[in-house]
Amino acid sequence: MSARALWLAFRSGLGGRQAFSTKGSGRITVEVIEHLERLALVDFGSREAVARLEKAIAFADRLREVDTDGVEPMESVLEDRCLYLRSDNVAEGNCAEELLQNSRQVVEEYFVAPPGNISLPKLGEQESFQHS
Amino acid sequence: MAAPMLRRVGLGRLWGFAWVDGGSGHRRGSPNGSTSSRRREQSSVAQQPLHTAQKPRKGGHKWAAVVGLEIHAQISSNSKLFSGSQVSFMAPPNSLVSFFDASLPGTLPVLNRRCVEAAVMTGLALNCHINKKSLFDRKHYFYSDLPAGYQITQQRLPIAANGSLTYGVFMGNKQSRMATKTVRIRQIQLEQDSGKSLHDDLRSQTLIDLNRAGVGLLEVVLEPDLCCGEEAAAVIKELQLILQALGTSQANMAEGQLRVDANISVHHPGEPLGVRTEVKNLNSIRFLAKAIDHEIQRQINELESGGEILNETRSFDCKLGCTVPMRDKEGKQDYRFMPEPNLPPLVLYDSASLPAGTESQQVINIDQIRDALPELPSATRERLVRRYGMLPEHSFTLLNEVGLLQFFQNVMKETRAEPKKVTSWVLNTLLGYLKHHNLAVSESPVTSSALAELLDLLDSKAISSAAAKQVFEELWKGEAKSAAQVVSEKQLELMQDREALEQLCQSTMEGHPQVVTDMKSGNPRAINKLIGLVRKATLNRADPAEIKDILERLSS
Repeated sequence: MSARALWLAFRSGLGGRQAFSTKGSGRITVEVIEHLERLALVDFGSREAVARLEKAIAFADRLREVDTDGVEPMESVLEDRCLYLRSDNVAEGNCAEELLQNSRQVVEEYFVAPPGNISLPKLGEQESFQHS
Repeated sequence: MAAPMLRRVGLGRLWGFAWVDGGSGHRRGSPNGSTSSRRREQSSVAQQPLHTAQKPRKGGHKWAAVVGLEIHAQISSNSKLFSGSQVSFMAPPNSLVSFFDASLPGTLPVLNRRCVEAAVMTGLALNCHINKKSLFDRKHYFYSDLPAGYQITQQRLPIAANGSLTYGVFMGNKQSRMATKTVRIRQIQLEQDSGKSLHDDLRSQTLIDLNRAGVGLLEVVLEPDLCCGEEAAAVIKELQLILQALGTSQANMAEGQLRVDANISVHHPGEPLGVRTEVKNLNSIRFLAKAIDHEIQRQINELESGGEILNETRSFDCKLGCTVPMRDKEGKQDYRFMPEPNLPPLVLYDSASLPAGTESQQVINIDQIRDALPELPSATRERLVRRYGMLPEHSFTLLNEVGLLQFFQNVMKETRAEPKKVTSWVLNTLLGYLKHHNLAVSESPVTSSALAELLDLLDSKAISSAAAKQVFEELWKGEAKSAAQVVSEKQLELMQDREALEQLCQSTMEGHPQVVTDMKSGNPRAINKLIGLVRKATLNRADPAEIKDILERLSS
């Protein structure tokens, strides 16, 4: 059996709403994992990956120990830089051939993509889900 | 005791006031507590009279619709928002795409100054507060025409917010009166456009053209202050005119430069807002109004028959004339907004805050842009009304029709005729012919010079107004004849010889003594009959007013 199938069996064995307990404040539920997997199209293929996620959250949580009263939140590390404004001239483009080389399939200078978004199967159907 | 609240209800063109029971529904006065007399009891409680302009629907409940619009206008610029590839409507597929637009690794966004200026101009024209500091964010979702997997937009702190747009709506069925209304603008933000997908259902694939990917868009978000399709259409029309006057967008809906999504819900006044649906794929103002009205009706029908409204996205099918659910939308999207890490905040200045010694190319001065704003449509209309004394409705029509204002002004330049006459001829006669033959102003066979000449002839009383209409019809054939030529060819000149006309009147009167007696005894129809007879005798070459004058003089 593949690692993924084992993982699925493990999850369904635990039942729907089990939470993975951690030492820290995070309780990552199965729903959150599934939600993240769909949104970001990542694959938390194993228990270790979830544990790593929880450790990352615990690490970030330590930020809350800092007293930020009266401090303006930072927008980004670039926030005191000047945003460069480019003048409105045409300087790029005209490289269709080069760009189309990146595509596995091309039809008359168009990129070819699957028809619309293919829905991810629901949890119960994932046994038959094949990685392409 | 809670006072009954008076709430405004609008649906379509009918406006009325409906009672909303604001509290626990106490009944004062009548000891008879039967529910059928509830209305009467409420009015006895009332301090104000009850008006209803609407027939109550079944169940006696009135519905109010709430419509919010989200508009995406493609910025009219040479290059894209964050890259230097060209912005053009027609071009070979994927030929206007830079490495950044194709989302190749290692590429970074560089902001186009023109797009920022366009956003500031639009914000100022729509009375918005311009945020001196605005931020860029990433909005993530997966679709084949979005190569990066996210769109750079301004969700947290947009470039402009809290504005208003004043527009005119025709009241009543005859389009004879105009009312001015205002819709609030929540915010205006800069964002990237996505590429174009062509669906090939036969081969089960989608063809992607990234020429449009990365083009700058202005998203204008309106507060849900609208109540029907007609108001929405008027708002969009006004916004189009403003954007075109500013030059920030060509705002042509058919070419996709202006895209509108509508959020629609219905509720009973006084109750919380209903579930809203989003309607997309509206590519003309006419369909926009139709789709909104249809969706409002669909929701009302659904709720009245006990169903419920799903928070879904629907598409307007123009062939069927109704909204249908869109495929490919699974529940609520989580866009995982995050700040765009590659772009610092966008800082704008005004004359007071402008730092000294900075390169003018790198700073944007809001005050400078405000001073350079062109005349907005509302100001143009006011100017027309003031200068030419026309009705506000006329000024709206002149601006709404592409090229008509220019035509009107050209005629005014070349003719001596009064503005009111010119207005009437342009708006009634010319526009009527154009509409009947489905032509644009630019395709009019009658040029502004020709019309000016015709109006001069009319003004100098060389021809009667009936003859002028005939001349216009002849000119419409487009045979490159001048008005004067047509007049002489068809012998439409008014009789200039007053004596001859008097003689004709005299002879006509002698020929019809009975009618003359009727006229003298005060029968108004008799004189008209005589005028008609004289006109026939002159082959329509006499001015009826003059004939009447002579007849009255001769018979006194």
